[in-house]
Amino acid sequence: MLLKKTKLLLTATTIGLILYTMQSCKPRTAEAAAGGDAEKAYVAPGKYDEFYNIVSGGFNGQIGVYGLPSGRLIKIVPVFSQFGENGYGYSEESKPMLETSHGFVPWDDLHHIALSTTNGEHDGRWAFANGNNTPRLARVDLTTFKTVEILELPNSAGNHSSPFITENTEYIVAGTRFSIPLDDEDGDVPIDTYKDNFKGTISFVSVDQTTGNMDIAFQIKTPGVNFDLSRAGKGISHGWFFFSSYNTEKANTLLEVNASAKDKDFIMAVNWKKAEEYVKAGKGKKQAVRYAHNVLDESTHMTTSTIKTEVLVLDPADCPDMLYMIPCPKSPHGTDTDPTGEYIVGSGKLAAIIPVFSFTKMQKAIADKKFDGHYDGIPVLNYDAVLYGEVKKPGLGPLHTEFDDKGNAYTSMFVSSEIVKWNVKDLKILDRVPTYYSIGHLSIPGGPTKKPYGKYVVAYNKITKDRYLPTGPELAHSAQLYDISGEKMKLILDFPTTGEPHYAESIPAEKIMKKQVKIYKIEDNNHPYVSKGEGQTKVERKGNQVHVWMTAIRSHLTPDNIEGVKVGDDVYFHVTNLEQDWDVPHGLAIKGGNTAQILIMPGETQTLKWKADKVGIFPFYCTDFCSALHQEMQGYIRVSPAGSNVPIYFHTGKKPASSTAATTDTNNKGTN
Amino acid sequence: MKNVLNLACTLMLVSIFSCNNETTTTTKEESTTAAGGSVGQSGVVDDESQKDVVKVASGSADHTTLVAAIKQAQLVDALTNAGPFTVFAPTNAAFEKLPKETLDNLMKDENREQLQDILQYHVYLGILKEGLLIDGYTYNQVNGGNISISNKDGKIVVNNAANIITSIPASNGVIHVIDAVLLPPTN
Repeated sequence: MLLKKTKLLLTATTIGLILYTMQSCKPRTAEAAAGGDAEKAYVAPGKYDEFYNIVSGGFNGQIGVYGLPSGRLIKIVPVFSQFGENGYGYSEESKPMLETSHGFVPWDDLHHIALSTTNGEHDGRWAFANGNNTPRLARVDLTTFKTVEILELPNSAGNHSSPFITENTEYIVAGTRFSIPLDDEDGDVPIDTYKDNFKGTISFVSVDQTTGNMDIAFQIKTPGVNFDLSRAGKGISHGWFFFSSYNTEKANTLLEVNASAKDKDFIMAVNWKKAEEYVKAGKGKKQAVRYAHNVLDESTHMTTSTIKTEVLVLDPADCPDMLYMIPCPKSPHGTDTDPTGEYIVGSGKLAAIIPVFSFTKMQKAIADKKFDGHYDGIPVLNYDAVLYGEVKKPGLGPLHTEFDDKGNAYTSMFVSSEIVKWNVKDLKILDRVPTYYSIGHLSIPGGPTKKPYGKYVVAYNKITKDRYLPTGPELAHSAQLYDISGEKMKLILDFPTTGEPHYAESIPAEKIMKKQVKIYKIEDNNHPYVSKGEGQTKVERKGNQVHVWMTAIRSHLTPDNIEGVKVGDDVYFHVTNLEQDWDVPHGLAIKGGNTAQILIMPGETQTLKWKADKVGIFPFYCTDFCSALHQEMQGYIRVSPAGSNVPIYFHTGKKPASSTAATTDTNNKGTN
Repeated sequence: MKNVLNLACTLMLVSIFSCNNETTTTTKEESTTAAGGSVGQSGVVDDESQKDVVKVASGSADHTTLVAAIKQAQLVDALTNAGPFTVFAPTNAAFEKLPKETLDNLMKDENREQLQDILQYHVYLGILKEGLLIDGYTYNQVNGGNISISNKDGKIVVNNAANIITSIPASNGVIHVIDAVLLPPTN
């Protein structure tokens, strides 16, 4: 009896345990892991994502393109960095894209994205990006996802406050992070003369509405502060631009302490319509500078780099009513304008509040001259006169704010690792969610435009630690996707990113996907070394340069036997991909090549430069698995000693008297 | 903190164990730091790295009151962040100087915001080693309030009230141990 009771008790306990266990196992499904909403991020195999997410890659100098909501990485666009994956910055055609006044600079730190807009809404034409180190701006064509233009910025050092954009893509801006002696001044000064000799600049770069080409319309000389971020006004505030600044103390050492001394720094408000008037009135001064402007010609597939030598600079001393300083607590990082353009949100990264300024009140304060003195001659607006209100105790370390389509703002909090949702009108905090970990930027599709799409917010985090399987000391950065369609933000996806994302934008897929270029038409290829058919292939010597007009088509390279090259020669392989079929690139790599491969899209010509450094036979091959006979797509180049009299000679297949052979014969004569 | 962690780890182990043994439906283990679970940065298992300010404080027998208060104020994750932080850390004895009732009240859930305010008044964002605590300077703390420093011959006093007894480096900042609780100025 006793035994039976015990057994019963045991059984009951076991059942209880099993029940408990089952219950405790339940939340351990994928669904529960993301709070039961993981399916919202699921995009079935073969289905498209809803948004293109164009993400800065930070120190990889690239742009990562992801699909949302799946978080799938679709493309890496090399911008400021050489990219062995497709030969960008290695091919002769793309090398000039990375030229600067300092020469070839094959790396930069890409922080922010600005998608082109019309009437304040995304138009899907171009993505702009900034180079933070050697100050540059880049333009990516959203029909090819290629970097098509890079413009260097004179009078600048650390192009951080960039490339923010006006509502009709009239201008993208570039505010210098570091103030420095301007380029036409003697920069050989003691660093502790900072307060006297260091100046900032803001560049307004115009964008040609047809070609997209960038041009520095004018620069504005500013006090020697550090510009951090910026946003254009829109709607009611169109015609104005807002730049956050720090180090208004003008410290030149140990900024972590010395640039945090003041309670308030400034958001600089720029009336750029007024600036345009001053430019028209001839108030600008032409300054001698040097900066590179690099443009890709899609018809020749070649990039041209030009050094420009002049820039127009406006001095606020000659241009009243153009600049105003809005006091903003504690080293503001982000300054963001809401979709109506009325509210300007400053995020003082060390502040315990988020100030929201009113554009209308600012206009009134300017009219009423409600100034609290001047900063280097620029009127400082009275804080209370321009303040709409403060978000109290939002969290720790506010950095950036994006907006949804319902009048709400979302601010990233670095120190407290969270996104805080608040209402722009009543400034009340509505919700907060943790991020994993230490969020920097955040991005809502259409978030910086007049028409946010809402729906999602992505957190781009600075610290990953244990989010994914560990990979030693160096970890991928993490991003989290939250559904913001309801009142509460819900985490639906956690995905790793390439590089170190800073800002990102998202645009509905339908605005871009239908415009995609699939192939380059071979008949439109105006490359000077194009071979529009195998009959046009040839090899020519010009001094110690050997030019190879080569073609690639499934599954051979023409020519694939090349002789007559001598030690010390520079061999240029100009490879034209004869395919006219989407997604059939060919590549070329050669043994000992000290650059990279080149990857050639259908109808395109790309050039690989190779130094013949020693005697021997050097194989080359197609690097892209283009066909079933890809592995057969290969050839040889023979390198003879410097004084050799081996003639230039080339062919593919046996040496019949075909048209190719005829060309061969012709070229063989007298070119060696 | 450690206890909480240990407990959490034990619970996880129990739950993994039970999943593997008792059910056949669970085929794949999900991450133990699954989203939704709201495990913050303090939950990262890492015994190799230098200790952060929270871990340093947690290891000090003289700071049990402070650590309890940090937990109650839900600031553990924030202070585990990259920071960097300068934490002015009152000892247990310093807390004992406060009326017991005051402290008890602060530890109540309904007074969490007030406790957060006080604790954030003890934190500066940035590393202020002793050499950077300059006589006559004020420093703006995380809660928005200022503290003043007097530094006479290396004897550093905060708000004319709290002496820095010793300073301890941490991975994400520095801890200055002080002998009095700093009370934020009332507006």
